[in-house]
Amino acid sequence: MFHQFLSIIRRQRSSPRWQNWSLARSSASAAKAHSVTLPAQAQVVICGGGIMGTSVAYHLSKMGWKDIVLLEQGRLAAGSTRFCAGILSTARHLTIEQKMADYSNKLYQQLEQETGIQTGYVRTGSVFLAQTQDRLISLKRVNSRLNVIGIPSEIISPKKVAELHPFLNMHDLVGAMHVPEDAVVSSADVALALASAASQNGVQIYDRTSVLHVMVKKGQVTGVETDKGQIECQYFVNCAGQWAYELGLSNEEPVSIPLHACEHFYLLTRPLETPLQNNTPTIVDPDGRIYIRNWQGGILSGGFEKNPKPIFTEGKNQLEIQNLQEDWDHFEPLLSSLLRRMPELETLEIMKLVNCPETFTPDMRCIMGESPVVRGYFVLAGMNSAGLSFGGGAGKYLAEWIIHGYPSENVWELDLKRFGALQSSRTFLRHRVMEVMPLIYDLKVPRWDFQTGRQLRTSPLYDRLDAQGARWMEKHGFERPKYFVPPDKDLLSLEQSKTFYKPDWFDIVESEVKCCKEAVCVIDMSSFTKFEITSTGGQALEVLQFLFSNDLDVPVGHIVHTGMLNEAGGYENDCSIARLSKRSFFMISPTDQQVHCWAWLRNHMPEDSNLVLEDVTWKYTALNLIGPRAVDVLSELSYAPMTPDHFPTLFCKEMSVGYANGIRVMSMTHTGEPGFMLYIPIEYALHVYNEVMNVGQKYGIRNAGYYALRSLRIEKFFAFWGQDLNTLTTPLECGRESRVKLEKGLDFMGRDALLLQKQNGVYKRFTMFILEDHDTDLDLWPWWGEPIYRNGQYVGQTTSSAYSYSLERHVCLGFVHNFSEDTGEEQVSQQIFINGEI
Amino acid sequence: MSSTMSYWISTSARSCIATLQGGRRLYSRCVSKRNLSIWRRLSWASSPLQNSSPCGTFTLQKVYRHTSTEEEDFHLQLSPEQVNEVLRAGESAHKILDLDSRVPNSVLRFESNQLAANSPVEDRRGVAACLQTSGLMFGVFDGHGGHACAQAVSERLFYYVAVSLMSHQTLEQMEGAMENMKPMLPILQWLKHPGDSVYKDITSVHLEHLRVYWQELLDLHMEMGLSIEEALMYSFQRLDSDISLEVQAPLEDEATKNLSLQVAFSGATACMAHVNGVHLHVANAGDCRAILGVQGDNGMWSCLPLTHDHNAWNEAELSRLKREHPETEDRTIVIDDRLLGVLMPCRAFGDVQLKWSKELQRSVLERGFDTEALNIYQFTPSHYYTPPYLTAKPEITYHRLRPQDKFLVLASDGLWDMLGNEDVVRLVVGYLSEAGRHKPDLAQRPTKLGLMQSLLLQRKASGLYAADQNAATHLIRHAIGSNEYGEMEPERLAAMLTLPEDLARMYRDDITVTVVYFNSEIIDAYYRGD
Repeated sequence: MFHQFLSIIRRQRSSPRWQNWSLARSSASAAKAHSVTLPAQAQVVICGGGIMGTSVAYHLSKMGWKDIVLLEQGRLAAGSTRFCAGILSTARHLTIEQKMADYSNKLYQQLEQETGIQTGYVRTGSVFLAQTQDRLISLKRVNSRLNVIGIPSEIISPKKVAELHPFLNMHDLVGAMHVPEDAVVSSADVALALASAASQNGVQIYDRTSVLHVMVKKGQVTGVETDKGQIECQYFVNCAGQWAYELGLSNEEPVSIPLHACEHFYLLTRPLETPLQNNTPTIVDPDGRIYIRNWQGGILSGGFEKNPKPIFTEGKNQLEIQNLQEDWDHFEPLLSSLLRRMPELETLEIMKLVNCPETFTPDMRCIMGESPVVRGYFVLAGMNSAGLSFGGGAGKYLAEWIIHGYPSENVWELDLKRFGALQSSRTFLRHRVMEVMPLIYDLKVPRWDFQTGRQLRTSPLYDRLDAQGARWMEKHGFERPKYFVPPDKDLLSLEQSKTFYKPDWFDIVESEVKCCKEAVCVIDMSSFTKFEITSTGGQALEVLQFLFSNDLDVPVGHIVHTGMLNEAGGYENDCSIARLSKRSFFMISPTDQQVHCWAWLRNHMPEDSNLVLEDVTWKYTALNLIGPRAVDVLSELSYAPMTPDHFPTLFCKEMSVGYANGIRVMSMTHTGEPGFMLYIPIEYALHVYNEVMNVGQKYGIRNAGYYALRSLRIEKFFAFWGQDLNTLTTPLECGRESRVKLEKGLDFMGRDALLLQKQNGVYKRFTMFILEDHDTDLDLWPWWGEPIYRNGQYVGQTTSSAYSYSLERHVCLGFVHNFSEDTGEEQVSQQIFINGEI
Repeated sequence: MSSTMSYWISTSARSCIATLQGGRRLYSRCVSKRNLSIWRRLSWASSPLQNSSPCGTFTLQKVYRHTSTEEEDFHLQLSPEQVNEVLRAGESAHKILDLDSRVPNSVLRFESNQLAANSPVEDRRGVAACLQTSGLMFGVFDGHGGHACAQAVSERLFYYVAVSLMSHQTLEQMEGAMENMKPMLPILQWLKHPGDSVYKDITSVHLEHLRVYWQELLDLHMEMGLSIEEALMYSFQRLDSDISLEVQAPLEDEATKNLSLQVAFSGATACMAHVNGVHLHVANAGDCRAILGVQGDNGMWSCLPLTHDHNAWNEAELSRLKREHPETEDRTIVIDDRLLGVLMPCRAFGDVQLKWSKELQRSVLERGFDTEALNIYQFTPSHYYTPPYLTAKPEITYHRLRPQDKFLVLASDGLWDMLGNEDVVRLVVGYLSEAGRHKPDLAQRPTKLGLMQSLLLQRKASGLYAADQNAATHLIRHAIGSNEYGEMEPERLAAMLTLPEDLARMYRDDITVTVVYFNSEIIDAYYRGD
């Protein structure tokens, strides 16, 4: 059966067989293929001959790098790439993913012309069905984002759906989204075409060659060890798909690439009596968990079931994914769903049920970028069943990354460094992908938290807070309180609480915010990344002055808000640094910066044994005392005057709180409200918390969570790295000139770019929007990523939003551009449209 | 607070699975926490636990329904696979090969399972073939006040029966071998479940007492040995009196001494069947039960109980007790449906507190046992005037197997508390018909999508019920998973199985079930041959 299937795919392809002439290029006949000797060295070695590896090779060679070797353990395009369903869909939830898919679409379309290899590219368009109003809202969000990046798509009525597809049951539909330029294509042929083009550009390709491990010296890739010998190289690219995790672990210093495979099934049928047109649009029915495309006059239909079957947890390596068992019983819900959607297919003849493992990541976003521990070790894997759609764009971005040091788009959301070693437990991955795979077709609502792989990193106060009704969210494995449910209040169950409208915790957070404004609240913020940089002499100051944009040569005890910029002036990190002494600094950054910031500092700090960088995140529990009465609580606990005269804002002092000594008290709250951050050595955490709560009682103290914090910071126009700020935004663009030491005559990273920008003006500006014409109870809530229109013209997207309880309105933050002119200038926007709803 | 609760339950569920994966129950746990819902200490007069019915819906809901953190949706419930793992841990099944070619074997196979509620479990079971005479023995032993007595009875009773049945000649051979220190004839062949606690080889003391017993039998000079009725009757009583005497006799070895004390001061009810050809004998002392599943000529199934429960609801037992004791005690002999207000069954092994005189109890316990450590202390129920009140004398039933007798179910009261006789027969019959019907096969799979779908749906529907490979497992699943209308509730089943150790006993008792299938053809042949 399997061979029959292959031969059908083969028959499709009338082009010259790729393998023949590629091997000819490396001057060996097929028979001698095994005796081929590998080159002794290359600039880049790519591992993996699937669509990712070939795409990286293609783009690197296109950009002018020629000294590239691509190794494939089996045959080219024989893994997930071969079995892929071949649907190219641009309707993605992240803008960066949409851009990658859009680029892939354009690339694949012209690939046949470029290489002469038939790819089976047919522009079919795709139709996403909505069975519920919530699903339609979700589609409208995707639609609005597609439109602003220039991909045509529209929301259509069920009646229109029936016109697009011959035998679709549309009685239970409320609407649909039509993306006319989506396509179907043979992914294996795309990979072969990319490989052939790369090969013509000088890339050397060797199949049946396995990478055993990557050789590393002093944190830098020096070569690869294969079963056919060694190759010296500067760059290694891990495109090993589902084996990328194992390959990462095979290093002496393991590279953690958190991904895990699940079995994935789809059905192939024989042609219909009147064969289906090859431009029949692809149907995606997320509520029914299935997709359906035309295939050789019949259909190809698969889906993402609720009860996935993870495989290869123990890392059983095998050359090619073959002979995986079909599991009809497992497929039954999807088959039933298919026949409900297209009842006329009942008489259609089955050809095969294909079992094709797909790789998933812990957050449903793919993984790309450079390893934080080994320089020159790049990864592109974990495509969450969208490898074909992302292949072209992802390969391009990674090639740019390797060549220029960073891609032309902000890809932080996909960056390997968003994960750390903590996400690489096999158990964690197995459990998490079982949640992630169904999520692909689940409704994506704001504020969704993963439920598996939780309670990994917790503050010592976790149990105390949990007992007081804390509800938790997770960031970088760390549990953080969202809000505290009062004992007399019941919230909706998880499944029912999914909404695009006003959430059920609205009143709870309101009271927490009110307490922050009028009395005092305590928020456990232990998850924040905390580094200490110390030196024996002035080295610490010297290196920090270069790496950070603000002037850190401040008196001891002062706190400085500063960005850590790249050469282009963009934010690599946004943090607060306290000068603890002449020679030591304490640095606080967002939680998910733990890996990224560490790698950045390590790579940019000189090798100097007198200069020590230490991650002290685990050493301190952080409590944020927000509110006008925080000063009373602290002075009562420390018998020290805490008034602004004695303790001005942005000041840091070690003092005693209760019985505990050596607590770092900082007069800042990350919200713009008055109050203090306490950095408490963890063994004192419970004591200090208890004391604060006891003493605070008479000042009306209560627990609060991150939702309250978020509302407070956004209404104060505080940008947050990772949400509002990224590697492509500069301090000038978000009105932070005052945090940059441009005038001081000191050199620092990104200075030239900022000077240039100051001269030329900025092209976009960070702006705060207050929604006037918006009913909190009845209208959709803003989330992030909504397009902003000015006088009917698209000017940008929101980056975050929150309800401001003091303004009693929604506040959105976002960047506005001026697309009509070359230089941007400050603009005032009167109105924004969410999802085109207003 | 409720979140702590959910965490606690899910943790215990997890540990439960971990235990199972270990493959053994946790016998190493100390026996200090005794659960005495059968034995009720007087000081314990009216605990709320006893008043709640074992399947009280209200309390049960409280256990598995919480309004707590969001995580519970994901972690709490056992998956169907996990439920099956828990249920199937105690399974055993044997097909009986012809042990003795002279007598065709009327037993086709047996299936057995055990689910613990006490920790450690207090039920025991045993299956063994007599090697010197013909016949198979099946036993279910329900311990109370600890597992020591049930363990001892399950280890020893079959030896007594086997020896009783031996001919004079065989007994002489045995005695000769003992005298000359030669290897003895094998007496029994056990058919054990790997998870059953290991039966110790007869310790020297036990063997000594067994030998005394056969010496007495030798003195009777009976050529053919005892009849099965007599053998069962004598064996039960002899073993009980040996248990009682062993602890009175001066013993040197500290461990043996402590063990025999624990055995004597705990108790066990016993129900055993002896099958030899068409002759089925059942001996019962206590509230375990044996029933026969009978299929009439018209194909209708019925139930034939082979035992009577020896407890306060049995009129015959009540009048027996009244007959054996002075009329003045008529009102006090059974209080609150318990013998002297303390014990549910009114026949049992061990339990010397209800057999010995006060003086004897005191004198034995004052002989320097470390009773504190053994968790044994003397107590005397009120109205304790004319001991013994308790006996191990069994009720013997003889049944001549007919072709329509299809199976025998032996089970501890944990099962009968939850299911009636008819329910049990119905479930076993249902299981047999399901087991016969296989899942629709996918080998010749249909070529059309619609046909494939209906086939898959059929498979799914049959898959829901045909999960059990073992009738005993099927019975236990329904005993704890059925609601008050007799319908299976998967949530209820999962909740019952995830009860924390210390709560489990409130909702269910230890359950031990052995189902023995008869070979109707052999039985038929026997009659035709006659």
